[in-house]
Parts: sequence; structure tokens; C-alpha cells
Amino acid sequence: MLQLPRPHDCRTRKGDSLIQHINIKIFVKDPSAIHLEDAVGVFHQWIRDSVCPEMLIDVASYTHVHEGPGILLIAHEANYSLDLRDGRLGLLYNRKAALDGTFEDRLAQAHKAALAACDRLEQAAPFKGKLAFDRDAIEFFVNDRLLAPNTDETWQAVKPELEAYFPGATLRRTGEPRDLFRVLIQTEPRL
Amino acid sequence: MKSSNSQWKSALADRIPSQLAAELDVFDNEIALKKQGKIEDRIFAETRLRRGAYGQRYDNGQRNDGTATRTLSYPSSNTKGPNTMWDAPGMQRIKIPFGGLNAAQLETLADLAEEYSDNIAHITTRQDVQLHYIHIEDTPALMRRLAAVGITTREACGNSVRNVTACPIAGVCHTQTFDVTPYADAITWFLLGHPDTQAFGRKFKIAFSGCRDEACALVRLHDFGAIAVTREIDGHTKRGFELWVGGGLGPVPQQARLYDEFVPEEEILPIAQAIARVFARLGEKKNRNTARLKFLISKLGIDEFKRLVKAEREILPHDSRWTDYLKDVPHYKEEPLKAPSLLQIGTVKPAGFDAWYETNVYRQRQQGYATVTIALPLGDITALQLRKLADLARQYVKETVRSTVEQNLVLRWVSESDLPALYIELKSVALAGPLAGTIVDVSSCPGTDTCKLGIASSRGLAGELRTRLAAKNAESDEAIGRLRIKVSGCFNSCGQHHVADLGFYGVSRNKNNYTVPHFQVLLGGEWQHNAGAYGLAIGAVPSKRIPETVDRITGRYRDERQPGESFQAFIKRIGKAECKKMIEEFTAVPPHDDDPSFYSDWGDPREFTLGDIGVGECAGEVVNPIDFELVACEREAFEAQLELERGNIEKASRMAYESMLHGAQALIRFKFLIAPEDPDRIVDDFRAQFCDTEIFFDPFVRDKFARDFFRAHEEAGKRRTAEEAHQLIEQAQLFIEACYSCHARMTAVPAKATA
Repeated sequence: MLQLPRPHDCRTRKGDSLIQHINIKIFVKDPSAIHLEDAVGVFHQWIRDSVCPEMLIDVASYTHVHEGPGILLIAHEANYSLDLRDGRLGLLYNRKAALDGTFEDRLAQAHKAALAACDRLEQAAPFKGKLAFDRDAIEFFVNDRLLAPNTDETWQAVKPELEAYFPGATLRRTGEPRDLFRVLIQTEPRL
Repeated sequence: MKSSNSQWKSALADRIPSQLAAELDVFDNEIALKKQGKIEDRIFAETRLRRGAYGQRYDNGQRNDGTATRTLSYPSSNTKGPNTMWDAPGMQRIKIPFGGLNAAQLETLADLAEEYSDNIAHITTRQDVQLHYIHIEDTPALMRRLAAVGITTREACGNSVRNVTACPIAGVCHTQTFDVTPYADAITWFLLGHPDTQAFGRKFKIAFSGCRDEACALVRLHDFGAIAVTREIDGHTKRGFELWVGGGLGPVPQQARLYDEFVPEEEILPIAQAIARVFARLGEKKNRNTARLKFLISKLGIDEFKRLVKAEREILPHDSRWTDYLKDVPHYKEEPLKAPSLLQIGTVKPAGFDAWYETNVYRQRQQGYATVTIALPLGDITALQLRKLADLARQYVKETVRSTVEQNLVLRWVSESDLPALYIELKSVALAGPLAGTIVDVSSCPGTDTCKLGIASSRGLAGELRTRLAAKNAESDEAIGRLRIKVSGCFNSCGQHHVADLGFYGVSRNKNNYTVPHFQVLLGGEWQHNAGAYGLAIGAVPSKRIPETVDRITGRYRDERQPGESFQAFIKRIGKAECKKMIEEFTAVPPHDDDPSFYSDWGDPREFTLGDIGVGECAGEVVNPIDFELVACEREAFEAQLELERGNIEKASRMAYESMLHGAQALIRFKFLIAPEDPDRIVDDFRAQFCDTEIFFDPFVRDKFARDFFRAHEEAGKRRTAEEAHQLIEQAQLFIEACYSCHARMTAVPAKATA
């Protein structure tokens, strides 16, 4: 059974992590190479073909707002989006449903789901040959201020876990105190 | 749903008023009981609605993906209302009385949008905020977080007193009689949870306006609309309200009627309570389609209604809250943060400032201060933008922010010399878009994006119009720039299309054996004068041709208007027949193979279908006679409008009724190949074959349109007033729409095998 945290308790412990709702965003190399609106049709196709492990529900377009959620694929367990926050286009995997397991398990699940979505998007007809993700440029964040406030305490708890999962990566905590707990991760370029 | 949900109660224990905390504990328990199957669906649905937790599209577990209707296999088989899946995302409506927001509230809305929703807060046409894609089990935590900053979602939906709206520039406005804010605030808290407001058959909407002539509060489309007025009594200036009752939009729009030219300020709360009691006691309860106050007043007549309210008022037990707040009213005043200052001529201004200043800055009645409108495309704002706005609300003003019924936000009390700096700050997060309150500032309900009742994509169309009109600099012609466009996804009018110069609401038509998204075009509504006039429909145009239609209508106005002629006057002068002629060339739908884009909606590549239409015969497109017959009925209803315009009330009424009769006849003929000619037999056959069988029933309003028809038949030949004739024509148009829908359902191919 999932153990619930105390308020503002963000400890991570091997085997019994308290942090849920891990989000992973993988940035696009050249946003100008694609028409973002093309993702609407791609995501509708994903729903038709049930290509994701999550139960996919609908598509929402927010290209009319500045640096917003972009094009969003709503699902029950997690949302996928081509997200524009901070003016940086990327594939965002936003985990909504809680998961059992360790912090590393949850991080790995979100990371793998995001990578798989990147692979699928790069192969989708309107994007093929144009869209490319920089799989070494990642943003990690926790979409729950009570479980993981953007504090030094959270940073101290999460940093070793991220270092273990992304060995050799450069980690940079971002955002102001009101913001979600966010970390920019630059991993070693793969050959 | 969030893992932290259960922790918010203790985390916020000392920050939530005890009464509200207790209410939220009850709601938590109701959710738990529902999960255990101990509360029936119907009861739980109304319970959550009264907390603002609303259903959303696809929550019945079915969705058409453009090729077939598929089951959405939500993990839980539990339901949160009749035919509403527990795990399906829902909408949370958040009441913002008179639109007033402070910085902490903006920050909390930002947090909630990020954590529970899709990172977007949506401002509605009634100054509420809505968050979408919310899990029902997240709602108590979300509500606790709102309660901690002084916001309740109680009675945001359901059969209750909805958000009390008021002019967003109340208190700073040049044309106001006095500031209505403290009265809107007082009535909000007085009626919230009041025992006399708990037994309505339907919702009850209240609005306050500081003057008669402007549009800000749209008093005349509300159940209870109060306009600030004063009277000289015994040498003293006495405050009071011109009170209007029984207004509403929806399938049967009705303008409010004057209840009293002067209700003294100390009587406004008790009169509201007395009206609530009369409405709760005598209003319709079984049939929600005739349960709004407007129907009760129509049934009783305004004089009898007033008599009943006055009698109720006399027996109301005294309540000190009626007047307690009045002692503070004279001292009610928003404070500016900074000293007044003027924007100096010759000040170096940032690029784009002048255009923004022209449309988005309102110089307040208090010299040296301005109210700045932040124009939000489609009413949407991100969490980051909300946080930035909270910062600016602290930096430039004393957190005096309000939402507007045009789905924007305003910052009040900006010292004028700060405007260039504020503009730069707003621009840094793309909140300095110009053209607020112009034709480009199109407003829209959620429509098919998220609403269960949406027929066509109102947001898709609104976004498209906004983009195109801005690209054309449509606002540059002063008269055209002032026009308002409002779009609703269906006849329920949440986009307030009736009071726009150009209004649109979503319908569908069967064309070439496909279902094609259309919008009904309404012209001549009046936004000013607190929603002074409602427009009438002139015909349906395919969704994809609405932008051309707008160009044609506005172009004609630009080229042919007489000096000083308003759009309403222009439409009246050229007449509805000419208006209809203007849009006729846009009504054609090309064959699917020639242009499939007509067969999907704005922003949605799925083929627009009910799952659905059989393919035509190979030799060519076979048009069923019913298509012709229903078009003829539409024409008949339209001609009834023309007769009404000419003052031929009797003829207009007869034609409206006959258009309904012919619609019913067309359906009978479609089903049985022959149909009677005698009106009584048409009605009998229609009742037996379409009403008793429920084939004709609308999924939302059930038998409402059929009953309108039966009543029109019973009252055929009755002498009607112009207003009654107008209403009958509206009913005829909706009845014909319902005939189209019924025909579409009858010809529907059963949904394909579900996934």
C-alpha cells in the first residue's frame, strides 16, 4: 500500500519513496522545423490506434496562449504534450496517477514513457525528418507542491536520486519558491 | 488523482474558516460514501454540482474518434452521476463574486491549474474561473486550497444562486450612479447557502450594474438584475436599484422585465429573499426546461408575480443581515497603491504602447488613475501568467484585479505614469495584447472542446475569427471595430450570442449524407444598455464559411452604413430578408470528395459525425425529401420574422406555428411515407410516434421542443403581443432544429463495434 507523506515531507527513501507525479520534459532541437498544430492530428491518431499504455481520452490545443501547454493529449494516468513552457518546446510526460515502487522506479517509468513518445512523434507522418528531440536535454519536475515544494530540503532529497539515475549529468535547480520543484538535466551526449 | 489529497486538510487546518472546513469535510465524506455505493447517482450529481464540480465531454465513457464510437475504459466502474464515469475528467467552476480577485487568489489559481488541471485557468462569460480535466477525488483538496484564500465553490453549479456578477469597473466608472460592489458582495454572502435558496428547480443568476446604458453587467439577461439609481426623498439623495427580473438566455431567451423602478438599498436583500421564496415555492420542479424564473413570471404575469413577492416580503421574519452591511457601504472604497499621476505628453513610450493604450486603458473617474484590461484569447491564461499578474497586482496596485464577462481581466487603480512600465511588464508574458473590447476580442463558451452539450466548436471558430480579424486590422474601421462577436457551441447560449452584434451558435445539418457542422447566424443583438436587445437567427452557415460570412456582413456595414448609423439600425434598415440574402451564397456545402474540410470542425481533424450517416447511392447523391421540407420550414419561420418586423403580429404568429406543424409533418412523412394534412391529426400522430416513443427527445432538454409545439397548436389563433410572437418564432426555430436532429438520429448508423 502506498505510504502517504506528511505535509511538506519530501524525503525519498530507497524502496519507499514518497514523491509521486514525476514529470519529464525532453526538449526539441529545432522548434522552427515543425508546425506545432500538426500534433493535433498526430495525437488524435494515437487515440485511434491506442499506441500508449495509458488510457487516452482527448486532445486540446492551447497554441493561442503564450508559453502554455501547447498541444495536449489528455489521458487518464498521464498527459502527454508538446509543451511550450519557458518558450522551450518539448515533449512533456505529466504523470497523474500514483505508482508503487521506489523513486527510481517512478523516475524510470516517466523517463521511458517520455522517450517512447519522442520516438513515436519523430516517426509521425507530419514530423518525420523534421522533428528531432535532444534526449540529453531534460527537465524533471514534480507536479505536487505538498509532496515536493521547491525548497532546499526537496533538492537535498532528490539530487542524489537524480545523480544516480543520470550519472555524470549536470543538474540545475530552477524556478522561484512559488514554482514547482524543477531541475534541468543535461546528460552526457550519447555517441 | 493526487497522492497528497488527504494531506491538505491538516496542512491548511488553521487557514480555512471553520464553517467552510466543516462543509468540505462533509463533501469529503460524501465522496467516500459514493465510492461505497451508499449515495445514489442522482443525489451525488446534484451534491457535486452544488460544489461546482461539473461533468465534461466524454464522461459517459463513449467517444467517437472520427471513425467509430469507442468505449473509454476508465479503471473504476463507479459513477459520479447518471451515466457519468467516476474517473472521467470533469470541470471545476470557481465562483468569483463580482469578479474580484487578489494576488494570493491569483497565485492559488495558478497552483491549482498546474497541479490538477492542464495549466490553464479559463475565465467565463459570468466572471467565474473554470479548470478542466479535474478528477473528482482531487476536488476536496482543490476546494480546501481555494478556501484558504477566501474562495468558495459552493453553489457554483446546480439549482442554486450562481456567481453574482457586476461591472468590472464599478467604483471607477464615469457613468455609474454609485459603486455597486458592496451590494454585490453583500447579496453573495447573504444568499450563499441560505435556506430559502436550496429548493429551486433551476439556477438563479444575479447581476449588478452601476448604470443603465453600458453593457458591463448585462442586467437584462439575468433572473435578478439591479441597476444603481438614486432618488431625492425628503431633501436627501437616497440610493436604490431599478430591479429587473426573469431574464435569461438558453433555448427560450427572454429579456428581464421591470419589477420596480426604485427598490431602496435596504430592501434589496429582503426582496431578493422574497423572490427566492416565491421561486422555490411556485417554480417548476419536474421539468428543468421550464424551471427558470422567466417561465414562472410568464405563467403568472409580472403583476401577479410582484403581488406574490410583496406578500412574501411582508411575512419575512426580520434578518439583521439585510441592513448590517449598509453602515459600511459609505466607507467602502478601494485604495490605490500609488499617488495619482498623469501620463506626460512627450513620454517615451515602448513600441506597441499607443495601440494598447487606445483599446485597453480606461481612464478612471478618479483623475490620475487608469484601469487596464488584459485581453485573454478565448479567456485562457496560464499558471505562469497568473503568477506574473499577481506580482504586478502587488507592484502597481493594491491587488485590485477583476474578471470580466468578456472573459478578460482588469487591473484597477494604476497610476497613469506607471502605464508604460506596466505595459512592458505585461508584454514580457504576452499579456499586453491590444484590441480589448473590439471585434477581435471574440468571446466563446467552451463548446465541443470540453462541454457535454456542445454541438460545434465555438472555441475553434472564435480562435479562427480572432486570428483572421486581427490579421485584417478589422478594428481599424471605427464602427466595425466596436462590434462584438460572441459564439456558443449550442443553443444553450453560454457564449451569450443573443446579445452580440454578430452572434453564432452551433447546429448541425445533414448534407450529402454526412453531418456537417454549422453555426446559426444571429444579427441585431445589443450588448449595450445592459443587453438591450436580443438578435434573431437568420440562417445556418457551414462552420468553415463563417469567417467569409463575417467579412460579408461587416463589409456591407462598412460600405453602406449611413452617417452615425449603428449596426442594429443598419440591420433593421436593410431588413432580415436582405440579411438572409447576404449569407445565402455561403450556405452551400461542396461534396465530401471535393473538399472534406467542410466535414470536420475548427481545430478538430476528426470527421464531424454522430457515428453515423449512411453513404449515398453510387449513381449520385440522393437527397431525401425531408431535407427539402425542413429547409422550407426554416424559410417559413424566417418569413414569420419578416412579418413581425412589418408589424403583422397575427400573421407572424400563424406562420411560426405553421412552420412547426410542417416540421412535424415532414418527420411523419419521412417515417411513414405519408402524412396527414389535418393539424389535429398531425399533432396526434407526432405525439404518438415521436414524443411518446421519445425519438424526438433532445438528449439535454428532453421533450421541451415538442411541448412548445403542442402548446403552439393549442393556442393557434390566439391573439399575441409582439413579444409573445417573437418568442413563438424563437420556439419554431428551435423546434425545426430539433426536427433536423431527430432526423439525424433516425438515419444514424448504429455505432460501430467498440474498442
